[in-house]
Amino acid sequence: MRNVPDSLLHPGKRNAWLAFTALALVLLALPFATDALLGRGWVRIADFALLYIMLALGLNIVVGYAGLLDLGYVAFFAVGAYCYALLGSPQFGLHLPFWVVLPLGALLACVFGVLLGAPTLRLRGDYLAIVTLGFGEIIRIFLNNLNAPANITNGPQGISMIDPIRIGGFSLGSTHELLGFTFPSVHLHYYLFLCCTLLVVFVSLRLEDSRIGRAWMAIREDEVAAEAMGINTRNIKLLAFAMGATFGGAAGGLFAGFQGFVSPESFGLTESVMILCMVVLGGMGHIGGVVLGGVLLALLPEALRNGAGPVQQALFGKTLVDPESLRMLLFGLALIVVMLVRPAGLWPSVQRRRELIADDGVVQQEQDTVYDSSK
Amino acid sequence: MTAANKALLELSGVGKHFGGLAALSDVSLHIRRGEIYGLIGPNGAGKTTLFNVVTGLYQLDEGTFTFDGVAYAHCKPHVLAEVGIARTFQNIRLFANMSALENVMVGRHVRTRTGIWGALTRHAAARNEERAITQRARELLRYVGIERPHQTLAKHLSYGEQRRLEIARALATEPALLALDEPAAGMNATETESLKALLQTVRASGITVLLIEHDVKLIMGLCDRVAVLDYGKKIAEGVPEEVRRNPAVIAAYLGGEPASPSSSGEEVGVEE
Ligand SMILES: Nc1ncnc2c1ncn2[C@@H]1O[C@H](COP(=O)(O)OP(=O)(O)OP(=O)(O)O)[C@@H](O)[C@H]1O
Ligand SMILES: [Mg+2]
Repeated sequence: MRNVPDSLLHPGKRNAWLAFTALALVLLALPFATDALLGRGWVRIADFALLYIMLALGLNIVVGYAGLLDLGYVAFFAVGAYCYALLGSPQFGLHLPFWVVLPLGALLACVFGVLLGAPTLRLRGDYLAIVTLGFGEIIRIFLNNLNAPANITNGPQGISMIDPIRIGGFSLGSTHELLGFTFPSVHLHYYLFLCCTLLVVFVSLRLEDSRIGRAWMAIREDEVAAEAMGINTRNIKLLAFAMGATFGGAAGGLFAGFQGFVSPESFGLTESVMILCMVVLGGMGHIGGVVLGGVLLALLPEALRNGAGPVQQALFGKTLVDPESLRMLLFGLALIVVMLVRPAGLWPSVQRRRELIADDGVVQQEQDTVYDSSK
Repeated sequence: MTAANKALLELSGVGKHFGGLAALSDVSLHIRRGEIYGLIGPNGAGKTTLFNVVTGLYQLDEGTFTFDGVAYAHCKPHVLAEVGIARTFQNIRLFANMSALENVMVGRHVRTRTGIWGALTRHAAARNEERAITQRARELLRYVGIERPHQTLAKHLSYGEQRRLEIARALATEPALLALDEPAAGMNATETESLKALLQTVRASGITVLLIEHDVKLIMGLCDRVAVLDYGKKIAEGVPEEVRRNPAVIAAYLGGEPASPSSSGEEVGVEE
């Protein structure tokens, strides 16, 4: 068993590289392929999918790692988005640059994360969910009503004509010619969001496998034991809230710059629930699963919206059910089915694999044990 | 010599109430550095409550306790872990969905420093610390005798292994006092024997041990001194043999048993 031929091991590594390169190429070519095959609207949907993935990964830190059920996560998204909108639009005539507003929004969201976290430290499970839900609603209601006596947020009308994302002199709001290719605005946003998503994935991966990540998971598994082992649960939980909120705030800033318009309507409870669904459906605490959940849940409603009409036409010759209402019906059904069939999520962290990919000596030992017991 | 004999943990007049129930009342005891101190008593006597008080999970209502000469009333559990009190739980409380190795690595948390920045950049110091954590955790798993792959999830370990994993996790915090709440519960004779050997090694390494146990044989064979709790009160304290012959203890703890103290003494057998 020890003499595993090298030829058996190396192809695995090469295959991994091949898969990696292929994935990179697919991701790079995706906006052009989508544009050509499905139309520009779908590139836009892909952009939103990336934003959702960022949000889901941020929430995954709070819910998946630290086990703190947060139903108001979209509030941080709102904070980031409004920070960008207020500082980069005609609303106050401020047009601060992107590289100032985005980090500022993330920082502000981080502060809000701590503000929300601090009073909820003693709460767990359902109680925490209720308080965070309330927090999310409070933020939305504030945004809705901060138009009087002094008009700050412009109330339900929201803020429009937000500055496009501009990096140096390069504005993502317009079409650019580069290296002989034409890059429309949605394509440019796609690449920016892709970079941000990869950064968030990287940060998540690094945090997961670290002293802090282990402390989060320890709290998730057993808070009392974690405390007794010397983990300052207050600080570590606040850190989880802060990190998650930071990602949410950054995604919010990108959202505002991309969409050019924000209103409180975009930050309702359904959004929070949607993001939570991505985390839970994909596989809580597992980055791959959360990304998958984000992709599926961002695309599925759109696919249903666009597909339900034509499919009905083809089957029955006429549209029987309004695609818009059918969309949510099928969506809910899909969620229920997935949770019934795969309660741990579509792609949960592969614990079995973790048990098998032990260091060499240990695998050997396990196999020996099996051998001994069969004698 | 004097340092070795000084009290490491000292409780004076400790009381803890739950509503009208006095789970602990006026308990005073001192545990010397380097000894194995047994805490026994019938079910519901308040042993676990005493553990919870000295590890900060419960706040005491009366009295004080000092550890290494410093008073620590109303302290958070993580502070007490940091000053060197580590414990295991009567009803095993492992991080079930983390690997055996990770469980012990969490124990190193309190003795390490890497924060967010170190986790993200993995600079040299962070990498070194992480390597040291892993290495120490592996050593401790071997030390307590867990032979399974270290990646096995804690919940997939056998009962005895889980108990020993809890000890490894507690040892990872580098405690001065290791408090074990019924570590032999549910173990068979061989496992108990190896647990006994392990605790002797732990003591030999300079760690003081506070042990709650119902297994009289283990207590008699292992402990330097024993205290007996009954209905939240300390009814006896001393070397095991003495305590076992104490009529109050027999009445409270062995009360129901027909055997006389001397005959049970022969049966159990004092160590060596
Ligand atoms: N959190 C609590 N709330 C209310 N009562 C409690 C609490 N913890 C312990 N008690 C009570 O305090 C008394 C002492 O309990 P404790 O768990 O300390 O006993 P013990 O000596 O550890 O018993 P055992 O040998 O069964 O483990 C019991 O009557 C128990 O019901
Ligand atoms: Mg108990």
